[in-house]
Formats: sequence, structure tokens, C-alpha cells
Amino acid sequence: MVEVVVFAVAGAACLVGAVGVVLSRNPVHAALMLVMTLFGIAVLFVALQAHFIAAVQVIVYAGAIVVLFLFVIMLLGVDRAAELSLGALPAQRWTAAAFGLGGAAVLVWLVAAVDRIFKGAHSYELERAGIVVTEADAPATSYATDVSAIARSLFSEYVYAFELTSLLLIVAVIGTVILARRSGYSEHGGESAPAENAPASQEARQ
Amino acid sequence: MTGDPLFADGVDWGDIGIMGIKVLVAFAALLLATMFMIWFERKLISDMQHRIGPNVAGPWGLLQAFADGVKFFFKEDLRPANADPLVFRLAPYISAVTAFVAFAIVPIGGVFTDTPGRSGTVTLFGKETILQVADPPVGILLLLAMSSVAVYGVMLAGWSSGSKYPLIGSVRASAQAISYEAALGMSVVAVVITAGTLSTHEIVRAQAGGVDEWLLITTGFVPFLVFLISATAELNRPPFDLVEAEQELVGGFHTEYSSIRFALFFLAEFMNVITMSAIMVTLFFGGTAGPVFFGWTWLWPTVWFLAKVFAFLFVFVWFRATLPRLRYDQLMSLGWKVLIPVMLFWLMFLGLRQLVIDQGWSPLQEVVVVLGVSAVGLALGWTLLAAALRAAKRNTVIEDLGDHDPEEMMPAGASPDAAGPGEDG
Repeated sequence: MVEVVVFAVAGAACLVGAVGVVLSRNPVHAALMLVMTLFGIAVLFVALQAHFIAAVQVIVYAGAIVVLFLFVIMLLGVDRAAELSLGALPAQRWTAAAFGLGGAAVLVWLVAAVDRIFKGAHSYELERAGIVVTEADAPATSYATDVSAIARSLFSEYVYAFELTSLLLIVAVIGTVILARRSGYSEHGGESAPAENAPASQEARQ
Repeated sequence: MTGDPLFADGVDWGDIGIMGIKVLVAFAALLLATMFMIWFERKLISDMQHRIGPNVAGPWGLLQAFADGVKFFFKEDLRPANADPLVFRLAPYISAVTAFVAFAIVPIGGVFTDTPGRSGTVTLFGKETILQVADPPVGILLLLAMSSVAVYGVMLAGWSSGSKYPLIGSVRASAQAISYEAALGMSVVAVVITAGTLSTHEIVRAQAGGVDEWLLITTGFVPFLVFLISATAELNRPPFDLVEAEQELVGGFHTEYSSIRFALFFLAEFMNVITMSAIMVTLFFGGTAGPVFFGWTWLWPTVWFLAKVFAFLFVFVWFRATLPRLRYDQLMSLGWKVLIPVMLFWLMFLGLRQLVIDQGWSPLQEVVVVLGVSAVGLALGWTLLAAALRAAKRNTVIEDLGDHDPEEMMPAGASPDAAGPGEDG
């Protein structure tokens, strides 16, 4: 009973937020609606006993990524209703609709497939799908299995993927710094040097 | 064994009633403590500045915070014409709610022992329970989640005011909070590695053996110092109060707020100070640990806890009276160039030590391994950092104050996302 109520409320928050992201004319409102969706998803994770994922969902997505969105929106001053009708690509709407419907179809198919696997209940099917149901997967496990299970698979089975992802992030950070530095571009305007001879002038000032 | 023993045998209406009482008591206590803190700060800082401070409302001005509250209630609630009405109303509530929720994970009483089995529990109405509102499995991560959500309150308040100074204040505040969250998170990781758990209840229990088991000592002071500095920055307290630098920004992000909405920000700010002090006590100073003398044994831990929190409240006011405000570039370079590299190195060190303990190596092996790897790591890290800083210095035009972008201040390899114990091991 409680689970149904939690699912209904969190699911409704997700859906309202998702629709709000698309329908809001103000980018800041859209970002806030996105936060609402993310919170709804976090609550759903908690309902599934995935506490760690829920916390990470809030810390990373709501706490860092959307804050970054808002930061950019505020700094670039695009916080007024944007004019959306201009600059549309030809046939953009039809393409978007096609991709949207395709995505929805894949989602429905996935849910149906997972549902069939878990209800169809042939162990070889589970095995083929790479799903091993153990005691630890039973509901109401303590956090020890939640956090340590994630840590164990992250640092054993998926360690290369994990390390490569961190490498990718570092490359992205360094790339950003280089791009931001390259042309002597100063976002604060005013006394910024002309773009071409900026490095030379920087050397000169040293 | 984590989680509240109250729910171990299913949930009935009695359990829900006890939870309700706990939430109410925690909320009321936090509000009272906040009012006390407002009075305490004004009185103490007056004393440090050779002034008298509030002395009219009640004995020693004790009712000053109450009088302020009444005044806020009856003031006119102004809203600038340019403000975004919905977000303008929403922002103060985000600040206040996050300040309260983070307090829920702090154990405020209960006698803890380091023996196996349940400890730190009390019996309420014939049911065994813990003296904290919640002991979620993710424990201390809730603090990080709440402090990252609290950024929204400040950010949206500044943006929705439709006014210049609040916007500048809120952009500064968000940049500061995001920068110092990394260092704060890493010092929490140090605690989690050493205590071996995320739950605040278990963290307190890991420190129950005596002062030499307090995480302040077992993590080696550095994480505590980093936590204290980052917490001060997260709280926007002096010397990191650039957010509401009165001389430059009028009142920072809440310039346009008045009446009860301003009171909510004010409340949230002081509530956060108390919450952070309580978290520091929980993480590093044994929480409720202390000798139990006579009489009611369940009362002493709460007394010790309150005494420790009080000491930190004093420290925060002391900071404010003593230290001048940092410049914005100093703030950023302290966060990114000092605290984060120091914490990365310290995490590597703690991880190594934990490895030695887990593997059961002999003391000689321990010394050789820890010192050897630490020396190599330190040398490597130092060389890279020095090279990066020299390169950065060569490329940097002397910019105006406050022109630093946190992304640019990052030393090579210290990505906040990728930072963690796994990176160093």
C-alpha cells in the first residue's frame, strides 16, 4: 500500500516535471522542472532500496549538473523566454516526432521484455540475460550490500570502464581549459586583449 | 546493524507516533537553538568588540531574537516589480527546509559502546529506538545532498529578485559553494574510509572506545581542518562571507527580501551553522562520547554532545570577530590549489593505511609501504602540481579581482567528479 502511494506520488512528480521541462517558456523554470523530475527519480530509487544511487542522483544530477545549467543560464543572460520559432531546421518537427515515437517503442519493448523474463521464470532465460538472482538481490537488504555491491562491481568487473571514464573526464576538463585559454578570450570584457595577439601580450606583461 | 531498531519488527501506529514526536522535538529544539545562536552571536561579538550588544529585550537581551521574529512577521512583504513571482517565493523555503533536513541524521544522545550488537539506543514508551530522526543507509551522504540542494535557495533567490546585486551575490555564492563542496566531500570520504561506514550512527559508534579513537585523531587532523575550513565557506560565514559582503553588495542574494521571507533565510543561515557544528562533532569528536558519571545515564551523552556543539558555535563567532574577509581570488585559490590537493594526498595516505590494516601486515611492512608509496606519490603529485601552477602562472594575465573561473583554477588531474579514494589506490 505504502509502496503504491510512494510510486504514484514520485511518478506523478517525474511526469509533471518532464512535461514542465518541455512546456516552460522560461529556461530557469524548465531547469527547475528538471530538478523536480530528478527528485522524483531519486524517491523511486529509495523505494527500490537503492539508497546509494538515490543519494548520488541528488548530489550529482540535482546538486551539480542542473546547478551548472542554471549557472550558464544566469551568466549568459538567456533567462528570458527564448524565441523558439526561428532557426528551426527543415523537417525538424517530423524528425523529432519520429525519434520520439521510436524511443517510446523501444522503451515499451524493453519493459515488456524484462517483465516477461522475470515473470516467465525460466532460469536459463535469466542466465542468458546475464541476470543472477542471489540472496543479496532480495528486497530489504541493508546498505552494506547496496554500497559495497556497487563498489565491488565498479572496482572489479567494470574497473576498466570506470578508469576510462575518469580519464575521459580529465581529458574533458583539460580540453575545456585549453579552449577557454586559447584565444586570450576574457568573458569579463573590458580590458581584454584583442584575440589574435593575446598570448604575445601575456608574455610581454610577465 | 543499521537503521532504527524501532522499525525492526515492522511498522505500527506507535512507531509512527514516536517518529512524529522525534521530528517535532528535533524541529523545536533546532528552532530554539537557532534563536539562542542569534542572541549568542550578537552578544559574544559585542563582547569581543567591547560593546554591550542587545540588552533591552528580556534579561541580558535574551528575548532579542524573539523580538526580531515578531518584527519580521509584521513587516510588509515587498516584491520587486522585475521579480519572478513563483521562484521568488520558492527560494526561501528551499534554504530553510534543507537546513533542517540535514540535521535529521545527527545522533544527539544515547550511550554508545564499541562492543558488537546494538548500542546508542534508548527506550521510549517501551520501544527501543535511536536518538536521531533518521539513520538512512547513506547516512552522511544526505549532508552532501542537502548542502548541494541548498545552493538552489541562494541561487534562485538572487536570480529571481530581478536586481543586480543579488544576482552578483548569488553567482558568487554558488561558485563558492560548488568549489568548497569538493573539499568538504573529500574530508567526509576520509572519515568514511577510516570508520568503514556511511551511517552517522555507526560513525559515532566507531569512536566510542575513547578519545584516542575519535576520528579527529585516527584520520590525522588534516581532514578535520579541511572540513572546518570548507564548512565555514559552505556556510558563507566570515572570513568567507563574500556572498553578502555588505560593503560591495548591499546584502548579497537576499537584498530584495523583506519580512518573513528574509526571516527564513536568516533562520536557515543560523540553522546551518548549528547543523554543521553538530556534524563536525559527529564526524570528528565522537558525537555523544564522554564519561557517564551518575544519575540518569541516558542524559550524559546529550550533555556532552551539546557542550561540544556549543564549543564549535563559539569558534564560528570567534572566526567572525577575528578574521578579515578573503578576496575572491584568494578564496578560489585556497579551495582549489590548497585544500583539494592536500585532501587528495591525504586520502591516498589513509587508503594505504587502511590497506595495510585490512591485509594484516606487520608494523615494519606498514611503515615501509606507507612511507614509500606516500613519498613517491607526494613527489609525483608535487612535481605535477608545481608544473601545472607554473604553466598557469605563465599564461595568466593579471586579472581583475573576482575574475577567476573555478574551472581554470583546477590543478591538472584534480577533477571534482573523478576525485575519490578509488583514484588514489
